[in-house]
Amino acid sequence: MIIGLGHYLSVAATVFTLGVLGIFLNRKNVIVILMSIELILLSVNINLVAFSTFLGDIVGQVYALIVLTVAAAEAAIGLAILVAYFRNRGSIAVDDINLMKG
Amino acid sequence: MIFHAIFFYLFAGITVASAVMVIASRNPVHSVLFLILAFVNAAGLFVLMGAEFLAMILIVVYVGAVAVLFLFVVMMLDVDFAELRRGFISYLPIGGLVGAMLLAELLIIVGAWVIGPEVTKAITSPIPPAAEIPNTQALGLVLYTRYVYFFQAAGVILLVAMIGAIVLTLQHKPNVRRQIIADQVARHKASAIEIVKVKSGQGLS
Repeated sequence: MIIGLGHYLSVAATVFTLGVLGIFLNRKNVIVILMSIELILLSVNINLVAFSTFLGDIVGQVYALIVLTVAAAEAAIGLAILVAYFRNRGSIAVDDINLMKG
Repeated sequence: MIFHAIFFYLFAGITVASAVMVIASRNPVHSVLFLILAFVNAAGLFVLMGAEFLAMILIVVYVGAVAVLFLFVVMMLDVDFAELRRGFISYLPIGGLVGAMLLAELLIIVGAWVIGPEVTKAITSPIPPAAEIPNTQALGLVLYTRYVYFFQAAGVILLVAMIGAIVLTLQHKPNVRRQIIADQVARHKASAIEIVKVKSGQGLS
């Protein structure tokens, strides 16, 4: 019952897949898409910390800290864009975001 | 060691189950609450791996700030979330197929892969023994010396995010009177006051 690196990486892989699946399944709901991105970044952090611990190198944890910062900034900016968009258009459905016809 | 395994499976199971509920739950408020649960259990995994500082940061930053921000926005926006969920079932077969393939590939990689012997020789800053230097101090010893530019870049990122969020959400309502500081400073005595001689017993008309 030794818990090794592979166990943690498996958890991270599962959470990453769930995040991707969440973007795929809830593609009308921007809030759930943002939460799925948070899940993906969390799985990346689990990976970084797992490698840092099992290789014995603390730089991985420094990098996880940076990823955490970027995730927080991304959530703040994403939600601010969402609020501004809702104020202008009265809707947050992804299908309605087609002003630029991209 | 057996406790390590028990707690690993507990934290990992709850993390994965709540990640499923984040994407599958009908109500976005429930999604946010399950996201909080996933983060708390991931923090438990970090503690198991010996990264106590990151575990506590995860709880403070994610549960304390990001998840509460999500909760605010979900409750503030008046959106018909049932309408947004349409298409979930129709995307489920193909999405499940893609997800299962992605997961299978990732797990095969995790199972078949080993760390090369030269990787362990290239370690730049090894983790000191936890009995001598605790995790927080060890992290600080490298974060504020060798990686100080990363630390400052993180600060700049947070500053930009803060300014950006304020710029995006600040709005000026047209019929709200605002303070105009230039006008206040430009006032002088002649335009501000007027001296009127009032005769006794008559008052001003």
